[in-house]
Amino acid sequence: MIDFIIEHAVVWPVAVPITAAALAAMFWLRQDIQRLVSMVGLVLMLGASLLLLVTVMQDGVQARQFGSWAAPFGISFAADLLSAAMVMITGVLAVAVGVFGLADIRKREEHSGFHPLFLGMLTSVNGAFLTGDIFNLYVWFEIMLITAMGLLVLGKTRAQLDGTLKYAVLNLFSTLLFLLAVAILYGATGSLNMADLSRILATTEPSAALTLSAALFLAGFGIKAGYFPLFFWLPASYHTASITISAIFAGLLTKVGVYACFRVFTLMFEIEGSGLREAMVVIAAGTMLFGVFGAAVQWDVRRILSFHIVSQIGYMLLGLAIATPLAIAGAVFYIVHHIIVKANLFLVAGAIYRATGTYDLRKSGGLMRTNPLLAALFLIPAISLAGLPPLSGFWAKFLVIDASFQGGENWLAAVALFVGVLTLYSMSKIWIEAFWKAPPGVRQTARPVPVLMLLPIAALGAITVTIGLSPEPFIQYAQAAAETLVNPEAYIVAVLGESAGPGVEIAFDPATASPIIIEESVQ
Amino acid sequence: MELILSIAIGTLTASGVWLLLRPRTFQVIIGLSLLSYAVNLFIFGMGRLRMDAAPILEGAGSDPANYADPVPQALVLTAIVIGFAMTALFLVVLLAARGLTGTDHVDGRER
Amino acid sequence: MSSIIFSAMARLFFWAMLAVSIFILYRGHDEPGGGFVGGLVAACSVAILALADGVPSARGMIRVHPVILVGIGLVLAIVSGLPGLVLDASFLTHQWLEFPNGFKLGTTMIFDLGVYLVVFGGFLSLVFRLYEEVS
Repeated sequence: MIDFIIEHAVVWPVAVPITAAALAAMFWLRQDIQRLVSMVGLVLMLGASLLLLVTVMQDGVQARQFGSWAAPFGISFAADLLSAAMVMITGVLAVAVGVFGLADIRKREEHSGFHPLFLGMLTSVNGAFLTGDIFNLYVWFEIMLITAMGLLVLGKTRAQLDGTLKYAVLNLFSTLLFLLAVAILYGATGSLNMADLSRILATTEPSAALTLSAALFLAGFGIKAGYFPLFFWLPASYHTASITISAIFAGLLTKVGVYACFRVFTLMFEIEGSGLREAMVVIAAGTMLFGVFGAAVQWDVRRILSFHIVSQIGYMLLGLAIATPLAIAGAVFYIVHHIIVKANLFLVAGAIYRATGTYDLRKSGGLMRTNPLLAALFLIPAISLAGLPPLSGFWAKFLVIDASFQGGENWLAAVALFVGVLTLYSMSKIWIEAFWKAPPGVRQTARPVPVLMLLPIAALGAITVTIGLSPEPFIQYAQAAAETLVNPEAYIVAVLGESAGPGVEIAFDPATASPIIIEESVQ
Repeated sequence: MELILSIAIGTLTASGVWLLLRPRTFQVIIGLSLLSYAVNLFIFGMGRLRMDAAPILEGAGSDPANYADPVPQALVLTAIVIGFAMTALFLVVLLAARGLTGTDHVDGRER
Repeated sequence: MSSIIFSAMARLFFWAMLAVSIFILYRGHDEPGGGFVGGLVAACSVAILALADGVPSARGMIRVHPVILVGIGLVLAIVSGLPGLVLDASFLTHQWLEFPNGFKLGTTMIFDLGVYLVVFGGFLSLVFRLYEEVS
């Protein structure tokens, strides 16, 4: 039994939440049962992701085929160190946000289907992290989009419908670009399996079709991830949702786009020499700068944080653009740190709202005196986001900036440092306005913040402090993950099997325009 | 055949992009649908065009040269199903937005 | 819309389309057809009823909330993959029972029934919302 569970470790992080989502939908009229199913499902999912992480760390890349179809033809699931880390962090965040949601999500929102949609979204996020098939990745993206749309309109307010409209139009457009890129890739190579594509593309001559496909992938994932200049939908929609939902969106959804970029541009396409690197460098700098400038003029906590998502995404893309193992390790570390910290800041914003009744910084204040615990809990992720030692953000920024100096991109390192300073400015603005200054107006009594809200904030804060004080194992993990990304041999062998030579290949005969199966001897 | 398909994809894309840039929500959703039809046709093209050939092999030993590539058909089918669900859901959101704001302008108010 | 003729015919259509949808579903396990198309036809049958007699009466006709059907369908689809996982070590590898007279029954039938319910419930909840939004 145990062997059976370990053998299929890569399946459970998707199987558990989808089963929980189905059960939650079955009990549509019973919110109490839904809550129970949801909590049990989230804890089991955390367990499943832990199991996957341990298995991958011990036995290397895990891969499974569905429906007994041999590797390049059917749908594969595969987990290397990066996927396992992403799934792990998803599990942690899901439990933390789920617990926070118990105190924050209103009855009406539960009634509109919060639990099935939330679990469905987690299913699609894990599916996107684990799939080894590029078209399957598109399917997970669409499921993510549908469930995210459902979560965004949960409250049915005017602002939410407005935000959803912008979110849906741009994200639908981005998935169309993604689909177009997949189609071109299939036309050029005849395969959809990412490991197989990696093998085929390594020996294919560069062509206009492939360059176009790569550019479309970058644009499609770029809209999802919120790259400059396509990030406008993000600050226009994220703050409209209920804060629990904003937190999970802020932590995970854009990072799925970033993850997809990492997967596609390390496994399949070379960044060097195709002109992609130059484009990526400019995009990364623009993303960092415009995100942080946008945040500087905002007064709504949620909007400030939304703009900071954009600016932080720039650091991750910076690591990918430089593409040395050190830079990719830095970016992987950055993603993990960022997911925890950013989601935590949104949760703190929710707690601030609970205490003061407003998200507008100009109207709040005095929390330092009335709620010192919350103030301390805010300081941890805020300082970490700004990149001050000794918290996780310092190491993340240090690794990325160090890598850009070593990669010879001095001006990018300068931009990154400058953006760090402005981030500190934004965080100190929230600190001064919400916590330090005397509260304006007559309302003096801050409402108490429920323990169910403080608990996840404290837990995520503890993780931030742990990463900050003993970064060594995490950096080693990130370096190992970067190593498998730069040299995907192990990934390819795990998915396609030991005989990852040419094997069975399908090619097209241009004369008859029909597929021919070229059987080659398998050693 | 190739020419007809290219013209069809081009027309659909051009109309889709134009509608996408219009200010009315209904135009936007039709624009997105047209764009997705264009992409679906394009996927078909990527499987190489064949007339009068089935995509399903009949038993072992049949010559694959007599059949069309089944993968793009499966991809298009999946994309259509997902696009259909997306459009339906989007339509509900748009109608709710129109009910709440009283206008079908994408900004939620007339200029 | 209240029309006696439409209302009477809608009932006829409802039962006829429901029967056809189940036939399509049954056909689908080994021939063209299947859960998705069947579910759509079934949802259309209820949609006609909702158009003729109003959404509340159609909701009363199917008794359960559409989303519950989606949940049941999803559970069935997942369950149908489990035998493959246990017997063949590969999720969703479908297992077949073949009877001597050539009749075949497989776990695909359960999967298709799941898809049928998911599509039926999902499409129906959207249709109900659309009708309610318009009226």
